[in-house]
Amino acid sequence: MPTRIGRYTLLLNSCPSVVGFAALGSKKEAQGPLARCFDLINDDCTFGETTWEKAESRMQQQVVNKALEKSKLSSADIDYIFAGDLLNQCTGSAYGLRDLGIPFLGVYGACSTMAESLLMASIFVDAGCASRTAAVTSSHFCSAEKQFRYPLEYGGQRPPSAQWTVTGAGCAIVGQSDAPPYIRAVTAGRIEDYGIKDANNMGAAMAPAAASTIKQFLEDTGTNPDDYDLILTGDLGQIGSDLLYDLLGRENIDISGHHADCGLLIYDREKQDVHAGGSGCGCAGSVLCSYILSRVRDGEIKNMLFIATGALLSPTSVQQGQSIPGIAHLVHISHTK
Amino acid sequence: MSLTPNEYEQLNKKYSPSSPTWKNCLMAFLVGGLICTLGQVIVNISRSLGLPADEASTAASISLIFLASLLTGLNIFDNIAKVGGAGTLVPITGFSNSITAPALEFKSEGFILGLGAKMFVIAGPVLVYGITASIVYGLILYLFSIV
Amino acid sequence: MDYIKAFVIGGLFCVIAQLLIDKTKLTPARILVSYVVAGVILGALGLYQPLVDFAGAGATVPLTGFGNLLAKGVHKAVAEQGLLGTLTGGISAASAGISAAIFFGLLIALIFKPKEKS
Repeated sequence: MPTRIGRYTLLLNSCPSVVGFAALGSKKEAQGPLARCFDLINDDCTFGETTWEKAESRMQQQVVNKALEKSKLSSADIDYIFAGDLLNQCTGSAYGLRDLGIPFLGVYGACSTMAESLLMASIFVDAGCASRTAAVTSSHFCSAEKQFRYPLEYGGQRPPSAQWTVTGAGCAIVGQSDAPPYIRAVTAGRIEDYGIKDANNMGAAMAPAAASTIKQFLEDTGTNPDDYDLILTGDLGQIGSDLLYDLLGRENIDISGHHADCGLLIYDREKQDVHAGGSGCGCAGSVLCSYILSRVRDGEIKNMLFIATGALLSPTSVQQGQSIPGIAHLVHISHTK
Repeated sequence: MSLTPNEYEQLNKKYSPSSPTWKNCLMAFLVGGLICTLGQVIVNISRSLGLPADEASTAASISLIFLASLLTGLNIFDNIAKVGGAGTLVPITGFSNSITAPALEFKSEGFILGLGAKMFVIAGPVLVYGITASIVYGLILYLFSIV
Repeated sequence: MDYIKAFVIGGLFCVIAQLLIDKTKLTPARILVSYVVAGVILGALGLYQPLVDFAGAGATVPLTGFGNLLAKGVHKAVAEQGLLGTLTGGISAASAGISAAIFFGLLIALIFKPKEKS
């Protein structure tokens, strides 16, 4: 059973395990530094489908099947699946997972969805509500551009603060097991909005939420950044990461020696023309469920914090001139119980 | 963390790189200049074929519109625009691209409410405000002509 | 000489727009609207035609030229038809460009498919 410590942190006393995980990417991800870590790479970003939206659903379906296959489970072994994506009404997840026959709980946390779904999947297992659960997210560059920005063939320039939506998906299956990685604790974040209105600078909109959630977790647990060998944020990119150091620095918290950002890990910023870095639900999802979780499993990372960040905007809210609320959820992952 | 939105905006400015304005302007000048020169080539050819000045200018516009639309379909226009910026946007090529690009993208949502309606998501306002401005000008002219 | 004038004037129109985009965060769609409306106003004030006479395609190809065309059309139509001309003049003069953009847009959209960016 989870116990609440401090204000908002839940300790998961049974330390549920990530019993299986898989990640999927497309062409641009395959050209990045993490290419070898992905389980599935499809250079054709239509994934054999006729529309971008169907392609994204296909990605979710494939990544769940791969994670099940790797953990030698079938869909009947999963009690609940938590999933979300960036598309309107989360259709990427609903259509992608409809044939699985697993009770489905759709979540929307924008790019923080991987942490949000993993947080809930872990609590369900720790509380004994389920023996196994799955957390899934995806994003697709083309469907996201179409919905949030301009048509693909529209001739526009991206400002240097813009981020590149990852075409990728990640799936983690949580259950009770004696093998790492273990989920030790989770902290749900509060919405933070410091008035950023530029939808081409999501990193700046999300950095305060990341700072607030990290600070809350450290306070609740009485730990400090040196207790963790990795503090991994979702998709702050370069600008968001710099702002995060500055904001936490004001609270005398220095994470710079332990920090990495999925948006900066997934692409080579110099060579791949992605400006401030990668973004999208699939960014944190695919990086966590490939490179990161396998290193925790193998003991190369002993103790880490995963903080996926999301910008809770819509094209309508941007056009109506509203500022962009940020959110960040934290999952404490460890090699030991 | 007790920062006001203003203080945070200052902080954001400190860490956000600004656009490479000089390079962007140079590229916009070169690409935009070249498109207009191409227009002039078509005007001159049309004139030499005996078209009057106004019609030669129309021929140039139509040719550039066709070319931009075709390059949009061939997935080339956006790559030129990435470098050229306002250089491809401001000439009539930008208007053409802003019609063809959503038409292509939203074809997946049907020919009527997808392609047909979304065709004008970017170019529609240009027509709305351009035509309105011309009507206002016309009314002013008319009022002056009767008083 | 025609070509140099067209190149320089056309290029300058684009530089102004680039500065507006980079420095004021005006979106491209707003730039397009401003340019056409500016063209109508400059045309109405009689300031744009001298530029067309000087730079040819350098002034007619940018969207301000499209605005100028609307203004020119209205001017002529009001003189010929009176009040009705306020409504017919603009679009009549610009009809070739508008029709071409719509028709080619449809045609190209029917033939081709959108592709991912690299």
